Amino acid sequence: MLKSNSGESTNVVGKMVKRVDALEKVNGCARFAADIAFDGQIYCALVIAEKPHGILRSIDVSLASKMEGVEAVFTWRDIPGDNQLGEAIKDMPCLVKEGEKIRYWGDVVAVVAARDRISAENAAKSVRLDIEDLEPVLSIEEALEDRIKIHGGSNVKVTKLIRKGDPETVIKNSKEVFEGEFYAHYQEQAYMEPQGITVVPDLDYGYTVYGTMQCPYYVQSAVAHVLGLPMNRIRVIQTETGGAFGGKEDVPSYVASYAAVAAFNLKRPARLIYSREIDIQTTSKRHPIKSFYRVAMDGKKIKAIEVMAYMDMGAYATLTPIVMFRTLVHAAGAYDIENVNVDVYGVYTNKVPPGAFRGFGSPQVLFAVESMIDDIAWKLRIDPMELREENTLRPGSRTSTDHLIVESVGAPETLARVKESSHWKDLVKECIEFNRANEDKKRGAGLSHIFYGVSLGAGGQALDKSGAHVLINRDGSVEVRIGGTEMGQGAKTVIAMMAAEELGQRMERILVHQPDTAFVPDSGPTVASRTTIYSGNAVRRACITLKGKLISVFYDLFNSRPDKVKFCQGEVSDGEGRAISFDRLVDAAYVRNVKLFEAGWYDTPKLSFDMENGLGEAYVTYSYASQVVQVEVDMATGSTKVLKGFTAHDVGKAVNPDGVIGQIQGGFAQGMGYALYEDLKLRNGKIISDNFNTYIIPTIHEVPPELVIDIVEDAFSEGPYGAKGIGEPSLMPVPASVANAVSMAIGKRVRQIPVTPEYVLGLIEKKTD
Amino acid sequence: MRDRKIQLNLNGRSVSLVAGDNTTLLHALREYGLTSLKRGCEEGECGACTVIMNGLPEKSCLILVAEAEGADILTVEGLIKDGRLHPIQQSFIDEGAIQCGYCTPGMVMTTYALLLKNPSPDEEEIKEALSGNLCRCTGYLSIVRAVKKSARIMAGLSEGSE
Repeated sequence: MLKSNSGESTNVVGKMVKRVDALEKVNGCARFAADIAFDGQIYCALVIAEKPHGILRSIDVSLASKMEGVEAVFTWRDIPGDNQLGEAIKDMPCLVKEGEKIRYWGDVVAVVAARDRISAENAAKSVRLDIEDLEPVLSIEEALEDRIKIHGGSNVKVTKLIRKGDPETVIKNSKEVFEGEFYAHYQEQAYMEPQGITVVPDLDYGYTVYGTMQCPYYVQSAVAHVLGLPMNRIRVIQTETGGAFGGKEDVPSYVASYAAVAAFNLKRPARLIYSREIDIQTTSKRHPIKSFYRVAMDGKKIKAIEVMAYMDMGAYATLTPIVMFRTLVHAAGAYDIENVNVDVYGVYTNKVPPGAFRGFGSPQVLFAVESMIDDIAWKLRIDPMELREENTLRPGSRTSTDHLIVESVGAPETLARVKESSHWKDLVKECIEFNRANEDKKRGAGLSHIFYGVSLGAGGQALDKSGAHVLINRDGSVEVRIGGTEMGQGAKTVIAMMAAEELGQRMERILVHQPDTAFVPDSGPTVASRTTIYSGNAVRRACITLKGKLISVFYDLFNSRPDKVKFCQGEVSDGEGRAISFDRLVDAAYVRNVKLFEAGWYDTPKLSFDMENGLGEAYVTYSYASQVVQVEVDMATGSTKVLKGFTAHDVGKAVNPDGVIGQIQGGFAQGMGYALYEDLKLRNGKIISDNFNTYIIPTIHEVPPELVIDIVEDAFSEGPYGAKGIGEPSLMPVPASVANAVSMAIGKRVRQIPVTPEYVLGLIEKKTD
Repeated sequence: MRDRKIQLNLNGRSVSLVAGDNTTLLHALREYGLTSLKRGCEEGECGACTVIMNGLPEKSCLILVAEAEGADILTVEGLIKDGRLHPIQQSFIDEGAIQCGYCTPGMVMTTYALLLKNPSPDEEEIKEALSGNLCRCTGYLSIVRAVKKSARIMAGLSEGSE
């Protein structure tokens, strides 16, 4: 199942291991955000606007302040620092001021602090807001009219472009031109643990922030900004994090800011744990994207592609300008195409601001481009597999941004793997035969093929570094601190594996701590499938230095040649009979006063990129995936079931194969939810599907019993042991493979996700495609 | 809100809790210190707060603490005997059925209730039993494997003890 060209021999890396945090998660000891408590803590609740658009005329807290158990109600006046928030553009108030605009249902106006959660929530409902209604802008189309301007200027806030070759002329002169319009709806991250933060006045005359999050350094900087304090007064410690998927990238900065206002003013620990409803109503989602494609073909070759994509960025920019870069680069797909134009527009509306979600602006356009390619294949009567094989990226290809890629391009291999594992041609034939014999149920096989730019890329180079701190205690136990967070994806396990590999210590003697900004400098965000590479390389570097020192001690003890000394699983030897345990060697180093702690640092290889034309090295490397699914559609109800899945991923190197498989299985289910079930419903800008009874995520019933996984290892020379990323690429091929399978089943092109039963029934009834 | 004293048999020990009339069992047990019960939705949809109450899996967010007067309550903390994990817990670790861990205690307790009633469930019965427990990380495949493995181990254990 594993195909590798890395060739390095390893003791721990690449082996099957158990998660380092599994015991505490199964025995109930793991402490999530709501599981920690502090003496004298107060509970916070948010007062939200509950109007999509308007002007806040007044805030009346008189009733709420007098309620049983209420300590205080805080508004913008109580913010000691700057009231503006936002990672990319500071266009979002922390707490909306009187006289200023309400721009979406979940705008936060006040924070109630009370003795217990129920009192806080009851009081929050009793704060009276006088809001003068303005007509809301509730769709991309309305926003583009610019009749109502949400922030004063045009609603089109950000634009990004690729201009490669001359697609216009090629399309004009081409006989085979295809067009398509696609829409991908919101998706809610639906991490099982809701947002939660506690801000505690601490021993260093500052504030320590505890909570569920992906990006402690974002939180540190936001809280310092809102409290008007230098960053050295704000310490952030991540609690166990119950899933994130991008939903805890920037949002915890806002949650922490609200709690910090209460902690600052009351000088008491302030705790803010979201209910599921507040979480879904007010926090980020995957962006809705409407896209338009034009493709010119010459035989089986894609000659030119033009893409226009409009992203609904809601009331505030938050992360959208960063998300858009990924949308831009991935919009033309995993293909070598000479002529590419991509335009991506970020548009303000009076709705929840979307942000980061596994795939970060790429699954929407990958769904679109892969539907487009599939449509072309069926229309030209070319096998969709063959069309991809013909156009895919290979070593020596150029991506849509004209990035010449020479190594670690496992794209063709992933296609070959799924072709084989799914028995592609037979599977298609089987569906056709099934459909001939059945009227009420129809089956389809769908293929998708994607690439994924690893880490932050040219748009995020300034953030793309990571630190680590490794300390060996006198007993030989090892403490590792990184800036990257564990949110369920397995970061701690992969880091412990790499430390064990490099140091030669046994894995159970290594502890990877919860991230703490007091110990490791700003390591950028834990996003973009970057932790294995960035934190991993930083840890490796620190460990290599430490090992060098231990080799010197070994020499001092035994006079062995340093190049002969081997470390393996807690034993150190020179191959000529001289040996000592790792722990005793460390003890010998301690009595020699050897410094056994080291900082490691890894910063990204520099990328050359022309932002104006969207051309150049967009990302340090790319992961690739191909996927086949078989679905069955009930023609009477329009509901779809995924019967089988086959997926192949080029991850460079599976440092922790068990973890990689876990990511792929989980990403598949989440992608299936996006493709078929998860339908966020809004009414006048309010999200009404705000809990799991109305926002339906896949249960154990929906996952197919068969998901065949192939891991391709086409090594990336900068990655630890050749590794690239897998967190996001696990989800990215799913919407397209499912949509393409449904299209085959019903004989009509699916053009939007989620592919709800109502939508399928509508397509079936349509006379033409 | 009136406070009342509630007597429970919690993980084999008799304990008394003081809680308000409309306090949920979830809230009361978490206040008591059993934070393995997770709050995920508070409307009985996600299963993260599942406990075994008088032998049956119950979503503790839907039960008022007063209804639990005198009940036998079991949580993951109570599955550990002499410092050793229960076979279900061990199987969840061994089969990679844990990622973020937030749903894990609820999944484990629902599995416990299933195997109590049906020691060798087939795949459909497993899915039926766990359909009220949501997991956003694993895609469930490893969880199904963990449940099957638990059943095998527990069957082996009871055969061994006969």
